Amino acid sequence: MTAPDPAADAAAPAPAIVLGIETSFDETAAAVNSGPTDDLSSVVSSQVDLHARYGGVVPEIASRAHVELLTPVVAQAVVEAGLSNHDVEAVAATAGPGLIGALLVGVSAAKSLALVWDVPFVAVNHLEAHLYSSFLEEPDLDLPVVVLLVSGGHTLLVLMEEFGRYRLIGQTLDDAAGEAFDKVARFMDLGYPGGPIIDRLAMDGDPQAVAFPRPMRDQGYDFSFSGLKTAVVNHVRNNPGLDAADVAASFQEAVVDVLIHKARKAAETHRAKGLCLAGGVAANSSLRERMLDVCTAAGISGFLPSRAMCTDNAAMVAAAGWQRLQLDGPSPLDAGADPNLALPFLAGAEPAV
Amino acid sequence: MIQARTRSADDTRALAASLANLAQPGDLLLLVGDLGAGKTTFTQGFAAGLGISGPVTSPTFTLAREYRGRLLLHHLDVFRLDQLSEVLDLGLPELLDSSGVILIEWGDAIRQTLPNDHLEVALTFIDGRPSPPDERLVALTPMGSRWQARAGDLVTAAEPWQEVPPQ
Repeated sequence: MTAPDPAADAAAPAPAIVLGIETSFDETAAAVNSGPTDDLSSVVSSQVDLHARYGGVVPEIASRAHVELLTPVVAQAVVEAGLSNHDVEAVAATAGPGLIGALLVGVSAAKSLALVWDVPFVAVNHLEAHLYSSFLEEPDLDLPVVVLLVSGGHTLLVLMEEFGRYRLIGQTLDDAAGEAFDKVARFMDLGYPGGPIIDRLAMDGDPQAVAFPRPMRDQGYDFSFSGLKTAVVNHVRNNPGLDAADVAASFQEAVVDVLIHKARKAAETHRAKGLCLAGGVAANSSLRERMLDVCTAAGISGFLPSRAMCTDNAAMVAAAGWQRLQLDGPSPLDAGADPNLALPFLAGAEPAV
Repeated sequence: MIQARTRSADDTRALAASLANLAQPGDLLLLVGDLGAGKTTFTQGFAAGLGISGPVTSPTFTLAREYRGRLLLHHLDVFRLDQLSEVLDLGLPELLDSSGVILIEWGDAIRQTLPNDHLEVALTFIDGRPSPPDERLVALTPMGSRWQARAGDLVTAAEPWQEVPPQ
């Protein structure tokens, strides 16, 4: 990470104490960091129970819950950091991608707090925050690293050369990996959220029971999970007596196999010094296990963030906010939320639009 | 109703691309079908037919995505929405007034809140084994004067995939 280089005569030091706010989807979170990697507090209030009976996140319910939860969550984060409001030197919030109504709650709150406290506001890209999550727990990771970012909304392979310098290696062409877990779980009437449910069920199943397809496994670095989801649906429709644990284990095996195969190839091709997991699907136990095996075999360092750091949290938002402040300075107060915000890829390395 | 049969995911895309040639500003298409029936696959073909390059991914996460081609394409997923107020939150009335084409997945659930002028595209698995797993029935139902005026064009566009109706 390069140190900030403010004008020589700048008297005020760069802000160090950053409050981060995350409301892009179904977690209301706030955290206080000191500098790029020192998280003083991290509070996450999950809405999973609110949405479970709908089989997925309901946007309007999410927005309302964010409104109710955010003020106490922010207050708790500041108190748990052992600070008071006037110690906060900048406020960062996720501005996208995510659900527009949910994003607006966090962005509006962050701007209001920044105005009231008279400190800078900084808009953060949720995906960039995920990319940075590993560094919170492992500040000395050697760059460049390949990050496999897998969640309910995203599946990306990114080469991270330093903070703010990313190359897109691959992405999903249809469904995200986590979405495939959710949809298969829903089809099998297993409940929501699908990832942890299938993970648990798969432990009692045989991953070789059904040879599900590995879409695009040996073609480039892009992913496609829609066809795999359909293959599971077809197979279960045609074989109604199948053991659900075997189906779950075989489906999970197919997803993990494709993810790991491409992540390893990407790390080797780009001579990365390490391979990191990020995003909610990175909490999957089979993916974590296989990832470590592969890194050991390839002689590169593998980093698995803690489960709390894989899922949405605000510590990664505060950390990415700190970095963005050094790179770009504060965001204007008229910066909006963008549900389809893309990662700031290097010129020539961005996905085709 | 026009009954078509596609033999593979690529075939579904080809049918959708052929139908996209008929698209006009302000058109609304409802995609109905079970999980895995091919709604996103259809959308990918439709987008290609509008000259949109780049991946068309599932909109389930953000509920709405926008792509620029010959016409602007709004791709919505309302799978989790069951209230009129939530559909309004997505800005559907504004989208309908725009000059783009709107494609809604799982549109059946909110049909009563939508304008009558639309093309319904119902994708169904073919029962009775063995048949290729990616074969689908695609029923096209033009609703309202907008689409009924183009019924003949629809028949022509879907002709290579046409099935003789059962009755």
